[in-house]
Amino acid sequence: MIAELGHYALVLALALALIQSWSPVIGARKGDVALMKLADSTAVAQFVFVALAFGALTACYVMSDFSVANVYENSHSQMPLIYKFTSVWGNHEGSMLLWVLILAIFGALVALFGANLPATLKANVLAVQSWIASAFYLFILFTSNPFRRLAEVPVEGRDLNPILQDFGLAVHPPMLYLGYVGFSIAFSFAVAALIEGRIDAAWARWVRPWTLLAWMCLTVGIAMGSYWAYYELGWGGWWFWDPVENASLMPWLAGTALLHSAVVMEKRNSLKVWTILLAILTFSLSLIGTFLVRSGVLTSVHTFSTDPARGLFILVILMVFIGGSLALFAWRAPLLKQGGLFAPISRESALVFNNLFLATACATVFVGTLYPLVLEMLTGDKISVGAPFFNLTFGPLFVPLLIAVPFGPLLAWKRGDLYGVAQRLLAACAVAMVGLAATFAFEGTRAVFAPFGIGLALFVMAGAITDIAERVDLRSLSLETIGRRAAGMPRSSWGTAVAHFALGITLLGIVCASTWGSERIVALKPSQTVSISGYDLSFDGMVSRDGSNYRETAAHFTVRKAGSVIGVMEPSKRTFPSRDGMSTTEAALLTRGVSQVYLSLGDNNADGSIAVRLYHKPLVLLIWLGALVMALGGALSLSDRRLRIGAPKPAARILAQPAE
Amino acid sequence: MVWSVRFLLVVLALLDATPLYAVQVDEILPDPALEARARAISHDLRCMVCQNQSIDDSEAPLARDLRLLVRERLKAGDSDTQVVDFMVARYGEFVLLRPRMSWHTAILWGAPLTILIAGFLAIGFSVLRRSARTPFPEVAKLSEAEQLKLSAIQKSQFE
Repeated sequence: MIAELGHYALVLALALALIQSWSPVIGARKGDVALMKLADSTAVAQFVFVALAFGALTACYVMSDFSVANVYENSHSQMPLIYKFTSVWGNHEGSMLLWVLILAIFGALVALFGANLPATLKANVLAVQSWIASAFYLFILFTSNPFRRLAEVPVEGRDLNPILQDFGLAVHPPMLYLGYVGFSIAFSFAVAALIEGRIDAAWARWVRPWTLLAWMCLTVGIAMGSYWAYYELGWGGWWFWDPVENASLMPWLAGTALLHSAVVMEKRNSLKVWTILLAILTFSLSLIGTFLVRSGVLTSVHTFSTDPARGLFILVILMVFIGGSLALFAWRAPLLKQGGLFAPISRESALVFNNLFLATACATVFVGTLYPLVLEMLTGDKISVGAPFFNLTFGPLFVPLLIAVPFGPLLAWKRGDLYGVAQRLLAACAVAMVGLAATFAFEGTRAVFAPFGIGLALFVMAGAITDIAERVDLRSLSLETIGRRAAGMPRSSWGTAVAHFALGITLLGIVCASTWGSERIVALKPSQTVSISGYDLSFDGMVSRDGSNYRETAAHFTVRKAGSVIGVMEPSKRTFPSRDGMSTTEAALLTRGVSQVYLSLGDNNADGSIAVRLYHKPLVLLIWLGALVMALGGALSLSDRRLRIGAPKPAARILAQPAE
Repeated sequence: MVWSVRFLLVVLALLDATPLYAVQVDEILPDPALEARARAISHDLRCMVCQNQSIDDSEAPLARDLRLLVRERLKAGDSDTQVVDFMVARYGEFVLLRPRMSWHTAILWGAPLTILIAGFLAIGFSVLRRSARTPFPEVAKLSEAEQLKLSAIQKSQFE
């Protein structure tokens, strides 16, 4: 009964979305307020019904109702409760339901909190949102119904894929989807602006918070996915340039570019056409990401045809939305009036530089990900494009970008003074040089890139500190001045500095972990000891125990440093009888500061020894910590009063702030 | 999102009763220099039955065979290039994670630089076109009186 209610709620949501697809547009054309207002109610009602549908599926999972095919295929009565909740989106159908739920949440938020938007813009935005929603409701209802019943009710479910039974992965898809789907708002605003043929600085101010929110979620989502891959997959890498990872990286790169170009548009009324295009492209890349992952086209061009209905359906959605919006762009963009001029050396130009490199990096990932597919389809030649290609092309594109990061916020709008900025960055340069020289002295020519990587990371971090130091007038040495100016500084400026600083943190983690990380692969018998980077791990023996829905064999290790015990590590292997004995490897991690010792279990050998893989990863946690701090920077910026209410601060307080 | 692909990989690994391990203890060559070369080569070779995994990372039996093969060739005195050539001759270009530059990968390798240059040119032209229409206004230096006024304002502001 619950499943049928959920199904019905989803159909109702589709009906509402279809109404919302045309009524506000007609309302906006004719100036009919009632028709436009209708969209507010339908957007909220849509959210209610999708939430009901999602709740219904969740209820089926929690109650282990195996008469529902989706629950039978992905759940087990003995599974811990938390995974019963998370397995709702641990499969194709459920994850698409989560997709539309998040879309509906964003739509309802615009309806509820968009009171300061012009009525016609809001109406058009909500209409575009429900075009997307309708397409995906239809997709779910026709090709991926999560509420399908089984004629014969099985006694027990087939369990969730064991590698998904992990907390990190449980939270990863919702964050990622919040990011993907969040960009739909920017897309809807862009299409609405094209329909209206009018766009101004206020538009950018409305779009920026939504973009920021989506970008933050995507940043955290990607970081969590990367950390999950690091500890769960058992070979200690943190980024594999896997097509599925690339699918999430592309919208992130485009979204980052969008955030920056929207600043130019908001502050200087410039780069309008480009910002609109970026908004369209960012969401298009999110759709492509969904397509790539959901259609199975990545596994091989051939698996695409194992379930052609789904793949084709998403492909049609993709073509309609991307093709349609780009055509609309080509037709209407020339109508948009260009705004403020700027000199080649200026904050605007720095942001254009940022956009150019981010867009190129994004295009590189795009070409690299899709090239093998296209080549095979056109010529039948099979090639692989893997990590070595991306490291060779993506890396060099990011170097000039990172060098430019400290310059951007210090340059003046309209016309800047590059030489002056370079002088102000002297201290940051000095810090970078010291770091570079120290690394070089320590490492010599053993690691060629490490000194430059360290130098660059320090430069980016010191540059962000310089920005803050100048804004709060650190040189005045008067606590009162510093305090007053720090308090008066716009939160978005703090956000910029924090996010830029975080880039340096991540880079530092990447350079250190990949340069000074060490690895050992050994076979051990009980009471033998293995050492890595000053840590001595002695193997005490094997332990067997039962988990809720798995059996586990763990190896017990005592970790010593300079003779004293600092911890215990228990890497294990879990076998899931419900999944025909499928097993997972659980690595053990010992965290010391931001460095980690990583221990992963291999095979049992005939002579009673076990194979282990042991890594020391110095400063590795900085990689993900940097991503979190980056998102924190976004949150700070989001909390800026100017973005929230879309109105300038009282004039008296503006005067007390440094010019931006 | 990574899991959908990894899932297949795990399934593939499981087809062979016990999951094997990436580089195994018995594979490691006694000569550290040779072993380092073997690891570097394996990083760039694809395990053909896996999703986007190098033979160095893969648990599949095929990857183990390829790792052993690489080490055999190295022990026989092959240079790095010879080993890679040997693998390509045997398994085709699909085995390379970094495709070679040739006519059918021209677009792939050319894309980053081409896009970057095209972007630079596009920006350059649009700036030229716009400045031809509306020249950027020259900013006059502040006169002495204006300068005094400005410093007076700044003084009153930040004291």
